[in-house]
Amino acid sequence: MIPRYQTVLFVVLLAASVIMTALLWRQLDRAHQRMLEGQNSAPTQAPLVAPAEPATLMVASDGDGSLQPRVLSLPLPSLEANPGARARAILGRLLDLYAAPDSAHPVPGGARSVEQVFLLPEPPRGSDLPAAAARDSQTGPELAVVNLSGSFAANHPSGIETETLTLMSICATLHANLPRIESVRFLVDGQQRDTLAGHADLTRTYLTSQNVPAEEVTR
Amino acid sequence: MRWSEGMAEGGGRRSRTIALMCLAAVSMAAIAQSQPSPAPRYTVVLDAAHGGDDAGGHSGTPSGTPDGYWAEKDTTLAMSVRLRSLLAARGIAVVTTREDDTNVDRVRRDELANHANAQACITLHASLSGRGVHLFTSPLAPAQPARMQPWSTAQAPWVNRSLALAGVMNSALQHAGLNVTLGRTALPVVDSMACPAIAIEMSPEGGASSASGHSPVDSLNDAGYQARVADAIAAAIVEWRSSGSGAGAGQP
Repeated sequence: MIPRYQTVLFVVLLAASVIMTALLWRQLDRAHQRMLEGQNSAPTQAPLVAPAEPATLMVASDGDGSLQPRVLSLPLPSLEANPGARARAILGRLLDLYAAPDSAHPVPGGARSVEQVFLLPEPPRGSDLPAAAARDSQTGPELAVVNLSGSFAANHPSGIETETLTLMSICATLHANLPRIESVRFLVDGQQRDTLAGHADLTRTYLTSQNVPAEEVTR
Repeated sequence: MRWSEGMAEGGGRRSRTIALMCLAAVSMAAIAQSQPSPAPRYTVVLDAAHGGDDAGGHSGTPSGTPDGYWAEKDTTLAMSVRLRSLLAARGIAVVTTREDDTNVDRVRRDELANHANAQACITLHASLSGRGVHLFTSPLAPAQPARMQPWSTAQAPWVNRSLALAGVMNSALQHAGLNVTLGRTALPVVDSMACPAIAIEMSPEGGASSASGHSPVDSLNDAGYQARVADAIAAAIVEWRSSGSGAGAGQP
């Protein structure tokens, strides 16, 4: 003789199994419908393609410690609408050149090494008036904050010259394309870091006017 | 009274003792003034960068094949030892920031250099990138010496003399047939040194892709190449001393 409570328990479990099976079947059917709808969806808006514009990249060379300008035609975001994205796109192209196999300044990482570029108006020097600050935010000098990825810093070749060239080329490229940028600070994964790869100081602000390439003296 | 006589007698003895001591002190001072003061030592600080758990630039892994492993800290220490011997043989006092594979704090390196009151401070580095020897000075703007100089910009009053030292070093390295690159960069160790200071980075002689078939690691480990660079640096320091640039030690 089966006890009554066991019979009740069996019936309850059986009912729960049936309900769960029904729900699972329904969810599966919905997912299938969603997938079919996605496959059939046609694009309704053409993607925006930015027009190609000339950009000047200051390309470093380890052989002679120099920076050489190279003008490339790149599709870039609008300077007025999003100058930070424009700066990031230009720096991404510069680092793509360094990641190429035949690079004269080999640095792995490429475009994804630049996570963000923030452009901030520099505080007016010698004046703390709000009016001066407002005017300078439109026409005055800017500070660029370049946030590099941690993997870029971790894989960067170690050495005074190679690290300095990377920073100088970034500063010079930013200034060549966005002349209002007069100073640059570097972050790695959003944090301040002492050095890029053990040598070049990342705690200081770099002035683009001081970007004097190294002078090679050969025998 | 007997008590007062004793007091008077004791007071006279004390007065004679004091007079004798004063006379002795004055005599010693006179003797010291008459002797010529010893010439200030010509001191050079050698800072072998990195060390201990800070390998600096490196290639391969220490647990791998010994031939394929290279660490910057080993090359800088080897160059420091070579230079110390060469300079000591020329009568130059040398202060080193490390003598073995230990990690010396950056601030401690600067403290050692600044206490040495040296006529030249040289930070030694090595890299697998680039070609030849790279000379770097601080990018700080020259400043007038002040009684209280900020630690992080202690190099500012010395920048002009550091540039002059880099020029002498450049000539000597070129004379040795080496490829030289001059530059200015922000290195916290150099920026806090209160002496004519330069950073010397030794790179493979033929660059990363040497035509001679030697790998960059082989080039940096080559004892002959290290000896040529060390000889040229020692010759430059001797030239720097003979030019009278060490006369103003402690003063920019």
